[in-house]
Amino acid sequence: MNNNNTFEPVIIGFTCNWCSYRAADLAGTSRTKYSPNVRLIRLMCSGRLDPTFVFKALANGADGVMITGCHPGECHYLEQNYKAMRRFHLMRRTLQGLGVEPARIKLVWASAAEGAKFAHEVTSFVEEIRALGPLNWGAGENGHKAELKSTPQEALA
Amino acid sequence: MEKIGVYVCHCGTNIAGVVDVQEVAEWAASRLKVRGVVIARDYKFMCSSLGQELIEKDIKELGLTRVVVAACSPHLHENTFRTACKRAGLNPYLCELVSIREQVSWVHTDKDVATAKAMQVVSGGVERVNHQVPLEPMKVSIHPDTLVVGGGIAGIQAALEIADAGYKVYLVEREPSIGGHMAQFDKTFPTLDCAACILTPKMVSVGTHPNIELLTWSEVEKVDGYVGNFTATIRKRARYVKTDLCTGCGICWEKCPKKVVDDVFEAGMGTRKAVYTPFAQAVPKYPVIDRPNCTYFLKGTCKACEKFCPTNAIDFTQEDELITVEVGNIILATGYDTFDAKRIAQYGYGRLPNVITSVEFERLCNAAGPTNGEILLKDGKTKPKAVGIVHCVGSRDKHYNEYCSVICCMQGLKFAHLVHERTGAEVYNFYIDMRTPFKGYEEFYQRVLEEGTHFIRGKVAEVNNAARNKDEEGKLIVQVEDTLVGVQMRIPLDMVILSVALEPRHDAKDTAKRFGLSCSADGWFIEKHPKLDPVATMTEGILIAGCVQGPKDIPATVAQGAAAAARALGKIQAKEIALEPFRASVDETKCSGCRICNDLCPFNAILFHEDRMVTEINAALCQGCGTCVAACPAGAISGTGFSNEQVLAQIEGLLLLNVDKNAVPA
Repeated sequence: MNNNNTFEPVIIGFTCNWCSYRAADLAGTSRTKYSPNVRLIRLMCSGRLDPTFVFKALANGADGVMITGCHPGECHYLEQNYKAMRRFHLMRRTLQGLGVEPARIKLVWASAAEGAKFAHEVTSFVEEIRALGPLNWGAGENGHKAELKSTPQEALA
Repeated sequence: MEKIGVYVCHCGTNIAGVVDVQEVAEWAASRLKVRGVVIARDYKFMCSSLGQELIEKDIKELGLTRVVVAACSPHLHENTFRTACKRAGLNPYLCELVSIREQVSWVHTDKDVATAKAMQVVSGGVERVNHQVPLEPMKVSIHPDTLVVGGGIAGIQAALEIADAGYKVYLVEREPSIGGHMAQFDKTFPTLDCAACILTPKMVSVGTHPNIELLTWSEVEKVDGYVGNFTATIRKRARYVKTDLCTGCGICWEKCPKKVVDDVFEAGMGTRKAVYTPFAQAVPKYPVIDRPNCTYFLKGTCKACEKFCPTNAIDFTQEDELITVEVGNIILATGYDTFDAKRIAQYGYGRLPNVITSVEFERLCNAAGPTNGEILLKDGKTKPKAVGIVHCVGSRDKHYNEYCSVICCMQGLKFAHLVHERTGAEVYNFYIDMRTPFKGYEEFYQRVLEEGTHFIRGKVAEVNNAARNKDEEGKLIVQVEDTLVGVQMRIPLDMVILSVALEPRHDAKDTAKRFGLSCSADGWFIEKHPKLDPVATMTEGILIAGCVQGPKDIPATVAQGAAAAARALGKIQAKEIALEPFRASVDETKCSGCRICNDLCPFNAILFHEDRMVTEINAALCQGCGTCVAACPAGAISGTGFSNEQVLAQIEGLLLLNVDKNAVPA
């Protein structure tokens, strides 16, 4: 968005209410800067993450999806982040089967104290996706979706 | 269609300094009009009473059915805006707070990019709120009993406050006696009150209080449940002493032949017997038998204590007991450990006999300690002629702990005064910065200055015994740069006291896990808000007090103990609490009985009806994580507050699939 020549990936990030959303809050209160490409959605727990959410985001214009939660063993709901982890690996395989780079989704553990880590992970994920390039999901087959790729910038113009 | 109001906060310049808030509001009003936005405003401080009134007025006059506030984190002001909506007659759960401060203005610098992101975030909020449904908070009852974990001064204060108010307290302590670190001290700064004189009356009150059930030599093993309704499993370790028969006469520990170095209470400076109470004023007065050191348990013979006990209170057949208690609130006051000075090898602790830690010095100058309060060198007879006190050992040091341990400056001053008073020795304080805030502290510093204590500003490089001249022979030499003068110094001393850092308990992480809390990077438990809510935690019903939250002195610890008690009492007196109504529920007509969800719930909230082949979720046990919602292949389970429709709509909103591209900004 800064420069028309560089590709600015669109990232949807999922956070849990207890650890990673608070890590994002802490990054804010400690004024730690990170890439603005990420837009966060708060869930109560990473275990709430329905794979549909990830595929929906990727199908509708996101270039990458970041899934975050409490560290293993520190889940507010005891062990539900392990379930998120299992789904994460399943989603990666599914993406591969669909011909999409599995690296477009990333799983990050961040405790409420790890604002700096959260910021760092966002920035590095944005760079990873930037290196992968745009997803261009459905471009050409479905005019509606192809058009969407440019909507964020257009709509704000 | 819903009528949505969008409110964009400036937060002074916190948001408005980076995000063009007016543009965001205008954009929402035009581009999101098709999505139901009927009004979009920006205001200096939305959370102020005037800001809230703005929302309330619009709800009443424009008939808003949904509200989106773009401001700070929902963890800060979600409740504020929900309450405002409620006052205006709108269901509070129809209000969505989206964060454009913590997630936008504070973390991004480019104004255009930040403004664009704020628009996306608002758009996501608008879509999400469209699918929100009115909810009513769930009411749960509060069990009137409280569990206090840790019998130091914080736990004692909390337990007494609650018990005095007429409610039952279970006080669990893992050592044989309550008292904690404070019981080890001789004097307390800055008033030089004798620690035992002010602490032991409180300990006695705890021991005799009809509302306090004291469980020493015990540890909490497991905690289940939620605010108002916790079940704690406590392991009462075998004391091998029948407490109903024991009178605490002390004949058993007089007769016990086995001497053990006391590493806990005496910090290794003194000995105790294998059957013991840690100190004379211990509460409760009953001793424990230290099984790993007891001759009977090691060799199968001895039983001297049993033979001499006048009331036949010794019972070698006792076993650990597991008891469960039902409580409504839990206060954690598990305190701190001290830094292991051996980690800084150049200070010579453990190698040079007269280099001791601050805890050891506390025992050394304690009238009930190993030397009866006489400050003596390790030989047990020589009084030191020169004593050095090294501040910040393991604190304010990148290699060990970056934080300040708070108490060391005042502790160093107290030690200086005591050494001066009792031995007349020359005293040197080696400090980085003197920090003496709070009532009476600075005055105490001035007093110690006037007593003639030397203050050298510099971090000690080394303590050694390699003499270079006659004056240094047989002495400890402190190598330090006096940074105020810019001179390297070698100071020969007889005794060096290391003011060791306060550190989180070695098992703090396990404790945090057991109670469902989180630790900061340093290992201290994280409070709900560092300024406004220092004793509450993110887990409702679990409170923290004292050094478990961070290093602090006795007055602050006592204040936190009382504050935590007040919070617990508030809940007890309210008798019930409203919980977020985020719960999963099953649509029986859609449930296929596949049982995929059945094993996913760690709270046992899911039960399966074999007869009807459907699953049901117990709303009282459900904690609202939503894992089962995500797992259900039939879409039969829905979760309030975070439904599929809401999240999917929010994704569309964030990706700006919803905006009216033809609308012209007003």
